[in-house]
Amino acid sequence: MPAIDTGFYDISHLDTLAAQDSVIHRLDPRAKVLTTLCFVLAVVSCDSHAVSQLMPFFFFPLFLIVLGNLPVLYFCKKLILLSPFVLFIGIFNPFLDRTVMLHIGPMAVSGGWLSFFSIFLRFILTVSVAFLLVATTGFTAVCMALEKLGAPKVFTVQLLFLYRYIFVLVDEGVRMVRARALRCFNGRGTGLHAFSQLIGSLLLRTLDRAQRIHMAMQCRGFRGDIRLNRQLRIGRPEILFMAGNLLFFLLVRIYNVPQLLGTFLLERSL
Amino acid sequence: MSHHIVEVRDLQHTYPDGTHALRGVSFLIHHGESVAIVGANGAGKSTLLQHLNGYLMPTAGQVRIGDLPLTRKTMPEIRRTVGMVFQDPDDQLFMPSVYDDVAFGPLNLDLPGEEVDKRVIRALETVEALHLRDRPPYKLSGGQKRRVAIASVLSMAPDILVMDEPSSGLDPRARNQLISLLATFRHTKIIATHDLDLVLDLCERTIIIHEGQVMADGPTTEIFGNTELLSASHLEKPLRMQGCPVCS
Repeated sequence: MPAIDTGFYDISHLDTLAAQDSVIHRLDPRAKVLTTLCFVLAVVSCDSHAVSQLMPFFFFPLFLIVLGNLPVLYFCKKLILLSPFVLFIGIFNPFLDRTVMLHIGPMAVSGGWLSFFSIFLRFILTVSVAFLLVATTGFTAVCMALEKLGAPKVFTVQLLFLYRYIFVLVDEGVRMVRARALRCFNGRGTGLHAFSQLIGSLLLRTLDRAQRIHMAMQCRGFRGDIRLNRQLRIGRPEILFMAGNLLFFLLVRIYNVPQLLGTFLLERSL
Repeated sequence: MSHHIVEVRDLQHTYPDGTHALRGVSFLIHHGESVAIVGANGAGKSTLLQHLNGYLMPTAGQVRIGDLPLTRKTMPEIRRTVGMVFQDPDDQLFMPSVYDDVAFGPLNLDLPGEEVDKRVIRALETVEALHLRDRPPYKLSGGQKRRVAIASVLSMAPDILVMDEPSSGLDPRARNQLISLLATFRHTKIIATHDLDLVLDLCERTIIIHEGQVMADGPTTEIFGNTELLSASHLEKPLRMQGCPVCS
Protein backbone atom coordinates (compact mmCIF):
# COMPACT_ATOMS: atom_id res chain seq x y z
CA MET A 1 0.00 0.00 0.00
CA PRO A 2 2.74 2.50 -0.72
CA ALA A 3 0.30 5.00 -2.24
CA ILE A 4 -1.69 5.42 0.95
CA ASP A 5 1.49 5.47 3.00
CA THR A 6 3.03 8.32 1.09
CA GLY A 7 -0.27 10.15 1.14
CA PHE A 8 -0.04 10.24 4.87
CA TYR A 9 3.55 11.31 5.02
CA ASP A 10 2.25 14.22 3.02
CA ILE A 11 -0.14 15.26 5.75
CA SER A 12 2.78 15.47 8.12
CA HIS A 13 4.61 17.54 5.52
CA LEU A 14 1.78 20.07 5.76
CA ASP A 15 2.36 20.02 9.51
CA THR A 16 6.03 20.82 9.05
CA LEU A 17 5.14 23.72 6.80
CA ALA A 18 2.66 24.96 9.39
CA ALA A 19 5.36 24.92 12.07
CA GLN A 20 7.32 27.68 10.31
CA ASP A 21 7.53 31.19 11.63
CA SER A 22 6.49 33.94 9.21
CA VAL A 23 4.29 37.00 9.17
CA ILE A 24 1.40 34.89 7.94
CA HIS A 25 2.06 32.04 10.37
CA ARG A 26 2.08 34.42 13.32
CA LEU A 27 -1.39 35.80 12.57
CA ASP A 28 -4.28 34.74 14.76
CA PRO A 29 -5.88 31.62 13.20
CA ARG A 30 -9.33 33.19 13.42
CA ALA A 31 -8.30 36.03 11.13
CA LYS A 32 -6.97 33.56 8.57
CA VAL A 33 -10.02 31.31 8.73
CA LEU A 34 -12.40 34.23 8.30
CA THR A 35 -10.42 35.76 5.45
CA THR A 36 -10.23 32.41 3.67
CA LEU A 37 -13.95 31.95 4.07
CA CYS A 38 -14.66 35.38 2.59
CA PHE A 39 -12.27 34.64 -0.26
CA VAL A 40 -14.05 31.40 -1.11
CA LEU A 41 -17.43 33.14 -0.97
CA ALA A 42 -16.23 35.93 -3.25
CA VAL A 43 -14.79 33.47 -5.78
CA VAL A 44 -17.76 31.14 -5.80
CA SER A 45 -20.31 33.93 -6.11
CA CYS A 46 -18.83 35.27 -9.40
CA ASP A 47 -20.80 34.93 -12.62
CA SER A 48 -20.76 31.42 -14.09
CA HIS A 49 -18.90 32.58 -17.22
CA ALA A 50 -16.40 34.75 -15.36
CA VAL A 51 -12.84 34.09 -16.42
CA SER A 52 -11.04 37.39 -16.64
CA GLN A 53 -12.73 38.62 -13.47
CA LEU A 54 -11.27 35.66 -11.52
CA MET A 55 -7.70 36.43 -12.49
CA PRO A 56 -6.96 39.12 -9.86
CA PHE A 57 -8.05 36.68 -7.16
CA PHE A 58 -4.79 34.80 -7.76
CA PHE A 59 -3.00 37.58 -5.93
CA PHE A 60 -4.28 36.28 -2.60
CA PRO A 61 -2.80 32.74 -2.78
CA LEU A 62 0.40 34.24 -4.22
CA PHE A 63 0.52 36.71 -1.36
CA LEU A 64 0.18 33.83 1.14
CA ILE A 65 2.82 31.71 -0.60
CA VAL A 66 5.36 34.52 -0.75
CA LEU A 67 4.86 35.90 2.75
CA GLY A 68 4.33 32.45 4.25
CA ASN A 69 7.55 31.09 2.75
CA LEU A 70 5.84 28.08 1.16
CA PRO A 71 6.99 25.88 -1.73
CA VAL A 72 4.95 26.69 -4.86
CA LEU A 73 5.76 23.44 -6.64
CA TYR A 74 4.43 21.36 -3.79
CA PHE A 75 1.04 23.03 -4.03
CA CYS A 76 0.98 22.77 -7.82
CA LYS A 77 1.49 19.02 -7.51
CA LYS A 78 -1.35 18.77 -5.02
CA LEU A 79 -3.64 20.66 -7.39
CA ILE A 80 -2.71 18.49 -10.38
CA LEU A 81 -3.46 15.39 -8.33
CA LEU A 82 -6.93 16.68 -7.53
CA SER A 83 -7.72 18.25 -10.90
CA PRO A 84 -9.23 15.16 -12.63
CA PHE A 85 -12.24 15.39 -10.32
CA VAL A 86 -12.93 18.91 -11.47
CA LEU A 87 -12.31 18.12 -15.13
CA PHE A 88 -15.10 15.58 -14.92
CA ILE A 89 -17.48 18.11 -13.41
CA GLY A 90 -16.99 20.61 -16.22
CA ILE A 91 -16.09 18.40 -19.18
CA PHE A 92 -19.58 18.39 -20.73
CA ASN A 93 -20.15 22.13 -20.58
CA PRO A 94 -18.49 22.82 -23.97
CA PHE A 95 -20.84 20.30 -25.62
CA LEU A 96 -23.98 21.53 -23.94
CA ASP A 97 -23.54 25.28 -24.34
CA ARG A 98 -22.37 26.14 -27.86
CA THR A 99 -23.48 29.77 -28.09
CA VAL A 100 -20.52 31.84 -29.16
CA MET A 101 -19.71 34.45 -26.56
CA LEU A 102 -16.26 35.64 -27.43
CA HIS A 103 -13.86 35.94 -30.36
CA ILE A 104 -10.13 35.68 -29.79
CA GLY A 105 -8.69 36.58 -33.17
CA PRO A 106 -10.22 34.13 -35.65
CA MET A 107 -11.24 31.68 -32.91
CA ALA A 108 -14.81 31.63 -31.54
CA VAL A 109 -15.16 30.69 -27.91
CA SER A 110 -18.47 29.21 -26.79
CA GLY A 111 -20.15 29.81 -23.44
CA GLY A 112 -19.52 26.17 -22.56
CA TRP A 113 -15.76 26.59 -22.78
CA LEU A 114 -15.94 29.76 -20.74
CA SER A 115 -17.91 28.13 -17.94
CA PHE A 116 -15.56 25.15 -18.07
CA PHE A 117 -12.54 27.39 -17.58
CA SER A 118 -14.39 29.30 -14.94
CA ILE A 119 -15.05 26.12 -12.96
CA PHE A 120 -11.43 25.12 -13.32
CA LEU A 121 -10.13 28.47 -12.13
CA ARG A 122 -12.47 28.47 -9.19
CA PHE A 123 -11.26 25.02 -8.23
CA ILE A 124 -7.62 26.13 -8.33
CA LEU A 125 -8.36 29.24 -6.31
CA THR A 126 -10.49 27.71 -3.58
CA VAL A 127 -8.56 24.48 -3.11
CA SER A 128 -5.17 26.15 -3.10
CA VAL A 129 -6.35 28.64 -0.52
CA ALA A 130 -7.71 25.83 1.66
CA PHE A 131 -4.32 24.07 1.43
CA LEU A 132 -2.56 27.31 2.20
CA LEU A 133 -4.75 27.90 5.22
CA VAL A 134 -3.70 24.56 6.72
CA ALA A 135 -0.06 25.07 5.70
CA THR A 136 0.14 28.47 7.37
CA THR A 137 -1.98 27.70 10.40
CA GLY A 138 -1.90 23.98 11.20
CA PHE A 139 -4.91 21.73 11.38
CA THR A 140 -5.31 21.99 15.15
CA ALA A 141 -5.29 25.76 15.12
CA VAL A 142 -7.86 25.81 12.31
CA CYS A 143 -10.14 23.61 14.44
CA MET A 144 -9.57 25.84 17.44
CA ALA A 145 -10.37 28.95 15.42
CA LEU A 146 -13.55 27.34 14.08
CA GLU A 147 -14.64 26.59 17.61
CA LYS A 148 -13.90 30.11 18.83
CA LEU A 149 -15.86 31.45 15.88
CA GLY A 150 -18.89 29.52 17.01
CA ALA A 151 -18.75 26.24 15.08
CA PRO A 152 -20.44 23.43 17.04
CA LYS A 153 -18.10 21.77 19.52
CA VAL A 154 -19.04 18.27 18.41
CA PHE A 155 -17.85 19.14 14.95
CA THR A 156 -14.48 20.60 15.96
CA VAL A 157 -13.73 17.82 18.44
CA GLN A 158 -14.53 15.27 15.74
CA LEU A 159 -12.09 16.98 13.40
CA LEU A 160 -9.37 17.02 16.06
CA PHE A 161 -9.79 13.33 16.77
CA LEU A 162 -9.95 12.53 13.09
CA TYR A 163 -6.61 14.19 12.59
CA ARG A 164 -5.03 12.51 15.59
CA TYR A 165 -6.23 8.98 14.88
CA ILE A 166 -6.20 8.82 11.10
CA PHE A 167 -2.53 7.89 11.39
CA VAL A 168 -3.24 5.11 13.86
CA LEU A 169 -6.13 3.86 11.74
CA VAL A 170 -4.17 3.84 8.50
CA ASP A 171 -1.32 2.11 10.25
CA GLU A 172 -3.63 -0.60 11.50
CA GLY A 173 -5.31 -0.93 8.12
CA VAL A 174 -2.00 -1.19 6.29
CA ARG A 175 -0.79 -3.87 8.69
CA MET A 176 -3.95 -5.91 8.15
CA VAL A 177 -3.73 -5.61 4.38
CA ARG A 178 -0.08 -6.68 4.52
CA ALA A 179 -0.95 -9.66 6.71
CA ARG A 180 -3.57 -10.70 4.17
CA ALA A 181 -1.29 -10.17 1.18
CA LEU A 182 1.36 -12.42 2.72
CA ARG A 183 -1.09 -15.30 2.93
CA CYS A 184 -2.74 -14.89 -0.46
CA PHE A 185 -1.65 -17.26 -3.22
CA ASN A 186 -2.60 -17.32 -6.88
CA GLY A 187 -5.11 -14.55 -6.40
CA ARG A 188 -7.08 -16.57 -3.89
CA GLY A 189 -8.06 -14.66 -0.77
CA THR A 190 -7.85 -11.25 -2.39
CA GLY A 191 -11.55 -11.20 -3.26
CA LEU A 192 -14.34 -9.05 -2.00
CA HIS A 193 -15.34 -11.57 0.64
CA ALA A 194 -12.00 -11.43 2.46
CA PHE A 195 -11.94 -7.68 2.03
CA SER A 196 -15.32 -7.18 3.66
CA GLN A 197 -14.21 -9.25 6.63
CA LEU A 198 -11.04 -7.23 6.88
CA ILE A 199 -13.01 -3.99 6.94
CA GLY A 200 -15.35 -5.49 9.51
CA SER A 201 -12.58 -6.40 11.89
CA LEU A 202 -10.99 -3.01 11.39
CA LEU A 203 -14.28 -1.49 12.53
CA LEU A 204 -14.36 -3.71 15.62
CA ARG A 205 -10.79 -2.80 16.48
CA THR A 206 -11.63 0.85 16.07
CA LEU A 207 -14.60 0.54 18.40
CA ASP A 208 -12.37 -1.16 20.96
CA ARG A 209 -9.85 1.61 20.69
CA ALA A 210 -12.56 4.25 20.97
CA GLN A 211 -13.60 2.67 24.23
CA ARG A 212 -10.05 2.69 25.57
CA ILE A 213 -9.56 6.31 24.54
CA HIS A 214 -12.80 7.21 26.24
CA MET A 215 -11.51 5.52 29.39
CA ALA A 216 -8.24 7.46 29.16
CA MET A 217 -10.17 10.70 28.81
CA GLN A 218 -12.43 9.92 31.75
CA CYS A 219 -9.40 9.12 33.87
CA ARG A 220 -8.18 12.63 33.31
CA GLY A 221 -11.40 14.34 34.23
CA PHE A 222 -13.06 14.71 30.83
CA ARG A 223 -16.53 16.20 31.22
CA GLY A 224 -17.67 16.81 27.70
CA ASP A 225 -15.47 19.55 26.39
CA ILE A 226 -11.90 19.66 25.23
CA ARG A 227 -9.96 22.69 26.29
CA LEU A 228 -6.73 24.00 24.95
CA ASN A 229 -4.45 26.21 26.96
CA ARG A 230 -3.70 28.87 24.40
CA GLN A 231 -4.32 32.56 24.21
CA LEU A 232 -5.60 33.96 20.96
CA ARG A 233 -5.33 37.65 20.27
CA ILE A 234 -6.69 39.77 17.47
CA GLY A 235 -4.33 42.72 17.27
CA ARG A 236 -3.28 45.29 14.71
CA PRO A 237 -1.64 42.88 12.23
CA GLU A 238 -4.79 40.74 12.17
CA ILE A 239 -7.07 43.71 11.58
CA LEU A 240 -4.76 44.99 8.86
CA PHE A 241 -4.61 41.57 7.20
CA MET A 242 -8.36 41.09 7.26
CA ALA A 243 -9.36 44.61 6.30
CA GLY A 244 -6.83 44.79 3.47
CA ASN A 245 -7.76 41.46 1.99
CA LEU A 246 -11.52 41.88 2.38
CA LEU A 247 -11.34 45.24 0.68
CA PHE A 248 -9.38 43.68 -2.15
CA PHE A 249 -11.87 40.82 -2.52
CA LEU A 250 -14.77 43.25 -2.55
CA LEU A 251 -13.12 45.40 -5.19
CA VAL A 252 -12.27 42.46 -7.42
CA ARG A 253 -15.68 40.89 -6.93
CA ILE A 254 -17.70 44.02 -7.80
CA TYR A 255 -15.56 45.38 -10.64
CA ASN A 256 -14.06 43.35 -13.44
CA VAL A 257 -10.60 44.79 -12.88
CA PRO A 258 -8.82 43.26 -15.92
CA GLN A 259 -11.60 44.52 -18.22
CA LEU A 260 -11.52 48.02 -16.73
CA LEU A 261 -7.75 48.06 -16.98
CA GLY A 262 -7.95 46.89 -20.60
CA THR A 263 -10.45 49.57 -21.71
CA PHE A 264 -8.50 52.21 -19.82
CA LEU A 265 -5.24 51.29 -21.56
CA LEU A 266 -6.93 51.03 -24.97
CA GLU A 267 -8.48 54.48 -24.62
CA ARG A 268 -5.11 55.93 -23.65
CA SER A 269 -3.42 54.44 -26.69
CA LEU A 270 -6.10 55.54 -29.12
CA MET B 1 -1.18 8.38 58.15
CA SER B 2 -4.35 7.10 56.60
CA HIS B 3 -3.72 9.09 53.41
CA HIS B 4 -3.11 7.46 50.03
CA ILE B 5 -4.12 4.03 51.23
CA VAL B 6 -5.57 1.78 48.58
CA GLU B 7 -7.94 -0.70 50.10
CA VAL B 8 -9.71 -3.36 48.08
CA ARG B 9 -12.11 -5.54 50.02
CA ASP B 10 -13.70 -8.68 48.62
CA LEU B 11 -13.89 -7.11 45.18
CA GLN B 12 -15.92 -9.02 42.62
CA HIS B 13 -16.67 -8.14 39.06
CA THR B 14 -18.84 -9.86 36.51
CA TYR B 15 -18.91 -8.56 32.96
CA PRO B 16 -22.25 -8.22 31.16
CA ASP B 17 -21.42 -11.34 29.12
CA GLY B 18 -21.23 -13.37 32.36
CA THR B 19 -17.44 -13.65 32.74
CA HIS B 20 -16.43 -13.67 36.40
CA ALA B 21 -13.27 -11.63 36.01
CA LEU B 22 -12.74 -11.02 39.72
CA ARG B 23 -13.95 -13.40 42.41
CA GLY B 24 -13.24 -11.72 45.71
CA VAL B 25 -9.95 -9.83 45.72
CA SER B 26 -8.75 -8.15 48.91
CA PHE B 27 -5.57 -6.26 49.72
CA LEU B 28 -4.32 -3.14 51.42
CA ILE B 29 -1.60 -0.91 50.00
CA HIS B 30 -0.01 1.78 52.17
CA HIS B 31 1.40 5.17 51.42
CA GLY B 32 4.58 5.08 49.37
CA GLU B 33 4.52 1.35 48.74
CA SER B 34 5.45 0.01 45.34
CA VAL B 35 3.43 -3.06 44.51
CA ALA B 36 3.49 -5.35 41.49
CA ILE B 37 0.37 -7.11 40.33
CA VAL B 38 1.34 -10.15 38.30
CA GLY B 39 -0.57 -13.02 36.82
CA ALA B 40 -1.22 -14.97 33.65
CA ASN B 41 -3.06 -13.50 30.66
CA GLY B 42 -6.72 -13.17 31.52
CA ALA B 43 -6.13 -13.52 35.26
CA GLY B 44 -8.04 -10.31 35.93
CA LYS B 45 -5.22 -7.78 36.31
CA SER B 46 -6.62 -5.21 33.91
CA THR B 47 -10.11 -5.55 35.35
CA LEU B 48 -8.66 -4.97 38.79
CA LEU B 49 -6.77 -1.86 37.68
CA GLN B 50 -9.85 -0.40 36.06
CA HIS B 51 -11.58 -0.50 39.43
CA LEU B 52 -8.90 1.57 41.11
CA ASN B 53 -10.05 4.79 39.50
CA GLY B 54 -13.65 3.94 38.98
CA TYR B 55 -13.78 3.19 35.30
CA LEU B 56 -15.48 -0.04 36.30
CA MET B 57 -17.72 -0.26 39.34
CA PRO B 58 -17.56 -3.35 41.58
CA THR B 59 -20.30 -5.93 41.18
CA ALA B 60 -19.73 -6.66 44.88
CA GLY B 61 -17.18 -5.57 47.43
CA GLN B 62 -15.53 -2.24 48.00
CA VAL B 63 -12.65 -0.07 46.88
CA ARG B 64 -11.35 2.72 49.10
CA ILE B 65 -8.78 5.28 48.04
CA GLY B 66 -7.44 7.32 50.95
CA ASP B 67 -10.41 8.26 53.07
CA LEU B 68 -12.93 7.91 50.29
CA PRO B 69 -14.97 4.92 49.24
CA LEU B 70 -15.30 4.61 45.47
CA THR B 71 -18.75 5.90 44.50
CA ARG B 72 -20.07 7.97 41.63
CA LYS B 73 -19.87 11.05 43.86
CA THR B 74 -16.25 10.64 44.90
CA MET B 75 -15.11 9.70 41.41
CA PRO B 76 -13.64 13.10 40.35
CA GLU B 77 -11.51 13.31 43.50
CA ILE B 78 -10.41 9.69 43.14
CA ARG B 79 -9.49 10.17 39.50
CA ARG B 80 -7.28 13.07 40.46
CA THR B 81 -5.61 11.04 43.21
CA VAL B 82 -5.08 7.94 41.11
CA GLY B 83 -3.11 8.51 37.92
CA MET B 84 -3.59 5.75 35.39
CA VAL B 85 -0.99 4.99 32.70
CA PHE B 86 -2.40 2.78 29.98
CA GLN B 87 -0.70 -0.06 28.18
CA ASP B 88 -0.97 1.49 24.72
CA PRO B 89 0.25 5.12 24.73
CA ASP B 90 -1.76 5.72 21.56
CA ASP B 91 -4.88 5.34 23.67
CA GLN B 92 -3.64 7.77 26.24
CA LEU B 93 -2.19 10.46 24.01
CA PHE B 94 -5.27 11.62 22.16
CA MET B 95 -4.54 15.32 21.80
CA PRO B 96 -2.91 16.93 18.76
CA SER B 97 0.34 17.88 20.50
CA VAL B 98 2.36 16.70 23.47
CA TYR B 99 1.76 19.96 25.31
CA ASP B 100 -2.01 19.81 24.82
CA ASP B 101 -2.04 16.25 26.00
CA VAL B 102 -0.17 16.91 29.22
CA ALA B 103 -2.36 19.99 29.80
CA PHE B 104 -5.59 18.04 29.28
CA GLY B 105 -5.92 16.79 32.86
CA PRO B 106 -5.02 20.07 34.64
CA LEU B 107 -7.38 22.04 32.36
CA ASN B 108 -10.19 19.70 33.30
CA LEU B 109 -9.37 20.39 36.95
CA ASP B 110 -10.25 24.04 36.20
CA LEU B 111 -6.79 25.30 37.11
CA PRO B 112 -5.83 28.77 35.89
CA GLY B 113 -3.79 29.04 32.68
CA GLU B 114 -0.39 29.87 34.23
CA GLU B 115 -0.68 27.07 36.77
CA VAL B 116 -1.50 24.63 33.96
CA ASP B 117 1.53 25.83 32.04
CA LYS B 118 3.77 25.45 35.10
CA ARG B 119 2.53 21.94 35.73
CA VAL B 120 2.92 20.84 32.14
CA ILE B 121 6.50 22.07 32.03
CA ARG B 122 7.35 20.47 35.36
CA ALA B 123 5.81 17.14 34.31
CA LEU B 124 7.62 17.15 30.97
CA GLU B 125 10.91 18.04 32.69
CA THR B 126 10.48 15.16 35.12
CA VAL B 127 10.28 12.66 32.28
CA GLU B 128 12.94 14.54 30.28
CA ALA B 129 10.61 15.24 27.38
CA LEU B 130 10.31 19.01 27.43
CA HIS B 131 11.91 19.25 23.99
CA LEU B 132 8.98 17.25 22.56
CA ARG B 133 6.33 19.71 23.70
CA ASP B 134 5.14 20.84 20.28
CA ARG B 135 5.42 17.50 18.52
CA PRO B 136 2.32 15.57 17.54
CA PRO B 137 2.13 12.24 19.42
CA TYR B 138 2.11 10.14 16.24
CA LYS B 139 5.64 11.29 15.47
CA LEU B 140 7.15 10.07 18.74
CA SER B 141 9.07 6.83 19.25
CA GLY B 142 7.73 4.14 21.56
CA GLY B 143 9.94 5.22 24.46
CA GLN B 144 9.07 8.89 24.01
CA LYS B 145 5.37 8.09 23.85
CA ARG B 146 5.63 6.19 27.12
CA ARG B 147 7.38 9.11 28.82
CA VAL B 148 4.82 11.59 27.61
CA ALA B 149 2.00 9.28 28.70
CA ILE B 150 3.51 9.27 32.19
CA ALA B 151 3.87 13.07 32.10
CA SER B 152 0.22 13.43 31.11
CA VAL B 153 -0.66 11.74 34.39
CA LEU B 154 1.99 13.47 36.54
CA SER B 155 0.63 16.89 35.57
CA MET B 156 -2.47 16.16 37.63
CA ALA B 157 -0.24 15.67 40.69
CA PRO B 158 -1.60 12.25 41.61
CA ASP B 159 -0.66 10.52 44.87
CA ILE B 160 -0.99 7.05 43.43
CA LEU B 161 0.34 5.87 40.07
CA VAL B 162 -1.29 2.88 38.47
CA MET B 163 0.50 1.45 35.44
CA ASP B 164 -0.54 -1.28 33.06
CA GLU B 165 2.43 -3.01 31.42
CA PRO B 166 4.73 0.03 31.49
CA SER B 167 7.62 -1.78 29.81
CA SER B 168 5.76 -3.47 26.97
CA GLY B 169 6.99 -2.60 23.51
CA LEU B 170 10.14 -0.80 24.69
CA ASP B 171 13.66 -1.59 23.53
CA PRO B 172 16.13 -2.61 26.28
CA ARG B 173 17.59 0.86 26.71
CA ALA B 174 14.22 2.62 26.80
CA ARG B 175 13.09 -0.02 29.29
CA ASN B 176 16.08 0.64 31.53
CA GLN B 177 15.55 4.38 31.34
CA LEU B 178 11.92 3.89 32.27
CA ILE B 179 12.88 1.78 35.27
CA SER B 180 15.32 4.37 36.57
CA LEU B 181 12.71 7.10 36.00
CA LEU B 182 10.05 5.20 37.91
CA ALA B 183 12.53 4.48 40.71
CA THR B 184 12.81 8.23 41.36
CA PHE B 185 9.07 8.63 41.95
CA ARG B 186 7.90 8.84 45.53
CA HIS B 187 4.30 8.04 44.64
CA THR B 188 2.50 4.94 45.75
CA LYS B 189 2.96 2.71 42.70
CA ILE B 190 0.81 -0.15 41.53
CA ILE B 191 2.27 -1.86 38.45
CA ALA B 192 0.58 -4.66 36.53
CA THR B 193 3.15 -6.42 34.38
CA HIS B 194 4.60 -9.60 32.94
CA ASP B 195 8.10 -8.15 33.17
CA LEU B 196 9.22 -9.80 36.41
CA ASP B 197 12.72 -8.36 36.19
CA LEU B 198 11.18 -4.90 36.30
CA VAL B 199 9.28 -6.02 39.38
CA LEU B 200 12.56 -7.04 41.03
CA ASP B 201 13.94 -3.57 40.38
CA LEU B 202 10.94 -1.51 41.42
CA CYS B 203 8.57 -3.34 43.71
CA GLU B 204 9.25 -4.61 47.18
CA ARG B 205 5.87 -6.29 47.30
CA THR B 206 4.09 -8.55 44.81
CA ILE B 207 0.50 -9.69 44.54
CA ILE B 208 -0.21 -12.66 42.29
CA ILE B 209 -3.67 -12.74 40.77
CA HIS B 210 -4.85 -16.07 39.48
CA GLU B 211 -8.30 -16.73 38.03
CA GLY B 212 -9.77 -13.64 39.62
CA GLN B 213 -8.39 -14.25 43.10
CA VAL B 214 -5.33 -13.30 45.10
CA MET B 215 -3.04 -16.31 44.89
CA ALA B 216 -0.22 -14.80 46.92
CA ASP B 217 0.66 -11.47 48.48
CA GLY B 218 4.04 -10.79 50.05
CA PRO B 219 7.63 -9.57 49.65
CA THR B 220 8.76 -9.87 46.05
CA THR B 221 11.93 -11.87 46.76
CA GLU B 222 9.99 -14.39 48.81
CA ILE B 223 7.32 -14.88 46.16
CA PHE B 224 9.77 -15.15 43.28
CA GLY B 225 11.74 -17.73 45.27
CA ASN B 226 8.74 -20.04 45.40
CA THR B 227 8.94 -21.98 42.14
CA GLU B 228 5.82 -24.08 42.78
CA LEU B 229 3.69 -21.04 43.48
CA LEU B 230 4.94 -19.35 40.32
CA SER B 231 4.30 -22.29 38.04
CA ALA B 232 0.86 -22.84 39.56
CA SER B 233 0.01 -19.28 38.51
CA HIS B 234 1.52 -19.68 34.99
CA LEU B 235 4.60 -17.60 35.81
CA GLU B 236 8.32 -18.19 35.81
CA LYS B 237 11.17 -16.88 37.88
CA PRO B 238 12.58 -13.62 36.59
CA LEU B 239 15.52 -14.24 34.25
CA ARG B 240 17.93 -12.71 36.72
CA MET B 241 17.02 -15.30 39.34
CA GLN B 242 17.39 -18.22 36.93
CA GLY B 243 20.74 -19.91 36.54
CA CYS B 244 22.83 -18.71 33.62
CA PRO B 245 22.28 -21.08 30.67
CA VAL B 246 25.80 -20.43 29.36
CA CYS B 247 28.07 -20.60 32.37
CA SER B 248 26.24 -22.94 34.74
